[in-house]
Amino acid sequence: MSLAIRVDAIQKRFGDAEVLRGLSLDVEEHEVICLIGASGSGKSTLLRCLNLLEPIGAGQIFMFGQKVTGSGVDENDVRRRVGIVFQSFNLFPHMTVLRNITLAPQEVLGTSKGQAVEEARALLDRFGLADRADEYPDRLSGGQQQRVAIMRALAMNPDIMLLDEVTSALDPELVAEVLDVIRELAAGGMTMLIATHEMGFARDIATRVCFLDEGVILEEGSPDQMFTSPQQERTKQFLQRIVAAGRM
Amino acid sequence: MSLAPPPEPPVAPDPSASNRSNRSKLVGSLRAEGRRGVFVAVLSTVVVIGGLIAIVINSPNWLTFKESFFSVQEFKESFPDIAHHFVHNIEIFLVLEPLILAFALLLAIMRSLKGPVFFPLRVLAIIYIDFFRGIPTLLLVYLFGFGIPALQIPGVPISGIFWGSVALSLSYSAYVAEVYRAGIESVHSSQTAAARSLGLTRWQTLRFVVVPQAVRRVVPPLMNDFISLQKDTALLSIVAGQFGEAFQQGQIWKASHFNFTPILGVALCFLVITVPMTRFTDHMLERQRRRRMAGAVL
Repeated sequence: MSLAIRVDAIQKRFGDAEVLRGLSLDVEEHEVICLIGASGSGKSTLLRCLNLLEPIGAGQIFMFGQKVTGSGVDENDVRRRVGIVFQSFNLFPHMTVLRNITLAPQEVLGTSKGQAVEEARALLDRFGLADRADEYPDRLSGGQQQRVAIMRALAMNPDIMLLDEVTSALDPELVAEVLDVIRELAAGGMTMLIATHEMGFARDIATRVCFLDEGVILEEGSPDQMFTSPQQERTKQFLQRIVAAGRM
Repeated sequence: MSLAPPPEPPVAPDPSASNRSNRSKLVGSLRAEGRRGVFVAVLSTVVVIGGLIAIVINSPNWLTFKESFFSVQEFKESFPDIAHHFVHNIEIFLVLEPLILAFALLLAIMRSLKGPVFFPLRVLAIIYIDFFRGIPTLLLVYLFGFGIPALQIPGVPISGIFWGSVALSLSYSAYVAEVYRAGIESVHSSQTAAARSLGLTRWQTLRFVVVPQAVRRVVPPLMNDFISLQKDTALLSIVAGQFGEAFQQGQIWKASHFNFTPILGVALCFLVITVPMTRFTDHMLERQRRRRMAGAVL
């Protein structure tokens, strides 16, 4: 196995708030890492930094051995290889489902229209949305929209997928269909970083669970180890609150 | 003024009492309410309009006024000629509108560019917009229409109507740019994030994601600006010269016949165009409002 991502002591602040305080993390290819932690612990910010949507203040990020932070980096080239899916879907409302998926392959990768459409239809087929190809996003349920958002990212054939609380904005009965898609990606060997509040899912799918607290990874380990015998006091407290909220 | 006592709190309907007969009574009273409403509307319209007409007709100088503003004879004589010249107003409008739409979009994009690299472009756009929004359009038409031809620069058109139209375009572009900018800023930053995360460049993000959504949202306010533009073609009357234009033609009739009726003919020409445009704009605004109520993003 080779190293997909190396995050080396990155720091990120928004004004006075220091969100990431020297966070480090190595991710092997084909790993599925679940990031857990309270709101504001830095999960989303970490993912946005990895997609270079947020510039970092200090530290370095490497992908497949190449440094992607600092000057002289083609951000768009990095983003082509790193897909991100957001909590609020962020589909393009003025485009059909099909166009949402084909836009980036056509405009960024230079794929011909015919081929982009063919690939998009194959994706829609695979994830059971073939009949919605020509609808506009506002005609779809939240779960369907989020599945389209995942496909939109997959259409770029990324090496890495970042999922930022992708089920948090969904009605409970729509969560499963999105998690199923992610399971399928994991089964296919996709390298993924997943920020999530779905602990049962994390336990199920993760090769490694990282607990973020105040901008660093406070504790990490296998799902079993993290959920049954966490070592750090703050990890225990967090998991207790989750259990008390009935989320595990 | 004394304070009115607070109104009685509305009595909540007893849910157990809402049986069929109550409901039909409610429907019946609503219908009666509707009939009464129509009656009141008609009556108040008749009273108000009738009263206004009575005041005008009974004014001391009504008969003279009627002859100089509502002369059927003058109208018949002048209207075909004025309508003929109004075609020029429509032509000017049709030529200027697409130019303004394109130039204003360019200005709005310049003004919306983020980052220090684009600082000069942004400043240029802001200066332009402030400058041209700050001067009365009539003044601009005057200065351009008389000033630039007077320079007699070789190779530069000396037509007053040409430079007047340029002034009108420059002025309207500043307004329309601000409408576009409001639209661009109303597109949520998460849309930009989503587009950039897919590897689209800044420019591609504007072109495929931000501008199409922005333009859709501002179509109704843009329509309002174009109704104004159609009307403001009358400002060109001061520089129209040989080219001719409806208001200018109306003034020529007025001056030679000592009668204002032709000017009303000009007004009528504008109404024929602008009223349908206004209705159509309202219709679009209403449709947009309904869609927004229905929870759609656009």
